[in-house]
Amino acid sequence: MTTDIYKLGEELDSFNYQEEQDGILAILEKGQSVILDMTACKYVSSTGLRVLLYSKKVAATKGLKMYLVGISEEVRDIMNVTGFDSFFDSFSTMEECLKAIEN
Amino acid sequence: MQRVDLFPTHEYKGLKLRAGRPYPFGAMVFGNMVNFSVYSRYATDCTLVLFHKHEEKPFVEIPFFKEFRMGNVFSMIIFDLDYEDIEYGYRMDGPFQPEEGHRFDKSKILLDPYAKLIAGRDVWGQLPNWDKIYQYRARVVFDDFDWENDMPLETPVNDLVVYEMHVRNFTCGKGANVKHPGTFAGIVEKIPYLKELGINCVELMPIHEFDEFENSRISPVDGRQLCNLWGYSNVGFFAPKAAYASSGRFGMQVDELKNLVKKLHTNGIEVILDVVFNHTAEGNENGPYISYRGIDNKTYYMLTPEGYYFNFSGCGNTLNCNNPNVRDMIVESLRYWVTDYHIDGFRFDLAAILGRDQNGNPMSNPPLLESLAHDPILGKTKLIAEAWDAGGLYQVGSFPSWGRWAEWNGKFRDSMRRFLKSDEQVLADVKERIIGSPDLYASQKRGIKASVNFITAHDGFTLMDLVSYNNKHNEANGENNCDGENLNNSWNCGFEGECNDPDINHLRHQQIKNAISLLMVSQGIPMVLSGDEIGNSQQGNNNAYCQDNEIAWLDWNNLEKNADIFRFFRRMILFRRLHKVLRYEDHLSHSDFRNLGYPDFSWHGVRAWQPETGHNNLTVAFMLNGLYAETDGEADDFIYVAINMHWEMHGFELPMLPQGKVWHVFTNTGMNAPEDIFEPGQEPVIDNQHEVLVGPRSIIILVGK
Repeated sequence: MTTDIYKLGEELDSFNYQEEQDGILAILEKGQSVILDMTACKYVSSTGLRVLLYSKKVAATKGLKMYLVGISEEVRDIMNVTGFDSFFDSFSTMEECLKAIEN
Repeated sequence: MQRVDLFPTHEYKGLKLRAGRPYPFGAMVFGNMVNFSVYSRYATDCTLVLFHKHEEKPFVEIPFFKEFRMGNVFSMIIFDLDYEDIEYGYRMDGPFQPEEGHRFDKSKILLDPYAKLIAGRDVWGQLPNWDKIYQYRARVVFDDFDWENDMPLETPVNDLVVYEMHVRNFTCGKGANVKHPGTFAGIVEKIPYLKELGINCVELMPIHEFDEFENSRISPVDGRQLCNLWGYSNVGFFAPKAAYASSGRFGMQVDELKNLVKKLHTNGIEVILDVVFNHTAEGNENGPYISYRGIDNKTYYMLTPEGYYFNFSGCGNTLNCNNPNVRDMIVESLRYWVTDYHIDGFRFDLAAILGRDQNGNPMSNPPLLESLAHDPILGKTKLIAEAWDAGGLYQVGSFPSWGRWAEWNGKFRDSMRRFLKSDEQVLADVKERIIGSPDLYASQKRGIKASVNFITAHDGFTLMDLVSYNNKHNEANGENNCDGENLNNSWNCGFEGECNDPDINHLRHQQIKNAISLLMVSQGIPMVLSGDEIGNSQQGNNNAYCQDNEIAWLDWNNLEKNADIFRFFRRMILFRRLHKVLRYEDHLSHSDFRNLGYPDFSWHGVRAWQPETGHNNLTVAFMLNGLYAETDGEADDFIYVAINMHWEMHGFELPMLPQGKVWHVFTNTGMNAPEDIFEPGQEPVIDNQHEVLVGPRSIIILVGK
């Protein structure tokens, strides 16, 4: 099984969600798991949270994985208080993530 | 198969529209469409007003075309709306004839009464700009929270130990040590504490959207800002208070509250909401236009024949609960909180109002209460009434129940408080309270489960203040100490307020332990006021509704300072939860109807089997026969409780146990910690199996096993 990386921009909200959603789904469509690089991302809105969870659920239906990498403290906090964090495997760095996947 | 009704039929200023679905009311998302629906019996015209998030001026106002109206409902669908970026309101046109009950004013932009997300007061205490034309702003909600396997817990009502708490008071104070003080997320951080305490149900004081700045002012006493901390003043019945969410500034309060409920459920803790359907935040004829007044005044409010507002709530207006449309709204709201938030139960503030007709007269079979009692979605939801109102209707024991409603048992509070301070003349009443108030609830066959027992609640003294003050001290509320209850049945143990006298402080702790003991060994649903378990004080303020400061906030340093109290609460709660014999659902028979050798329940006194009956007595004892309370075929222990509220010591003769069982001591409130209470299950055997000496103002609880 192969994995591809998708890099999010500074924000994930209703203004750009379609584009980002399509980008993630395109990888899943190819039968690849996704590593979502969130290093640049400073804000995820309600729509954004749903993009993440929807993508994860689509991945699961295809027997694929989705990993989150480099979640900023602000975004982590939002995910934590809304409970969305519990659905994801996340890593601080790409290196850690790749290592975990290897194992 | 594609639907044929997915195409716009109208266009207005670039927005694509079609006639909406009148039902359900409110705003709802279907695919790329949002359906807006609002009813008004008397409005002549309606306009939907759309804002971009946070913007002062609307970007479009869309009239409801003729073909967008059905009956008294205005509805339209808008296509391709970026609804995360939208706030919406309505303008309603119609007559302004107060004497007829109408107060339409199309210059106002009104909140949707069915709004499920409300912005405008997003961060607690952030001063609003009152010049803004639209203050409380409806938004479209995301309702697709992932609950996984969660459902309401449906804990048997007689097994509950309720913890009444306030979102801010719980984690804003010193030593709370949470990342997000005063929020739903803050409560999540304290779940391990609640688990340790052992409660299995939290009752949240109002969490519907309200405005903390309503009636805000400066205290003449200490110059501090006073506000509406408690929130018994609804802005919306479907939306959570944004500022109670750490993520409220991002409009994520719905997800944050749902996460709290889910996390509490995972830990076996139910959630009851304190709901305020008796009035709204719009006040009387001098109050603001927020929603209902401008949407359909005559429908939503109880009005005098002259068109003024009835004030059975003491808050300026009275919601017209038994108007069929308002009734539907209330039912809809409760169903929504159960289906969308998995709420386990409701406590209805001033519930007697819900049984008044449209002219304010009490009804014998109020349709609203009947609907709620029989509602299929609320079928297993706990319904608890505060069975009185500010208009003088007092229905403790007579609240129309259909076997479904429980009540806050105000008589339990009053009798137990009087007994605790050694009032004579109250013993007969106390005995009724101990056995689940059959005098109130047996005749209607409502059972013990109808009685929510409490000694303290948010209204009135905290437990520490109940034993530290003879009189209320509400000067800081800025009403010359005229607000709040005058009749507190409290006793300061010899000095008014905090003091350094070790004897007085010792007695206060002992009295607190007596109180929680009485509460936990009485039949009924016990409710504890948050903070009492650590000896929280409000400095004698018995009405801290406006004190968003350390007066009302829990001081977590008390957890260490009053460690003996916390320990006592924890063990007492655990004891109750371990002993089924303390948690009957229906009233006791006081006889040995199964021929087990002892009655299910028996009264005793200083002599076994001979209870005191005189009105001036302050001693009473009782025994519960564990053979009558089996769990999975295993009988419970015998439990014997000796209560001495006299200021002198008394010897109590013990009833004989069946062969092979001996008395163990669980609690003796007259002893110093750690001898005051033992870990349930590890109670030591007592030397003298025939008599116990019960010290002045003390309670001894024994376990026969």
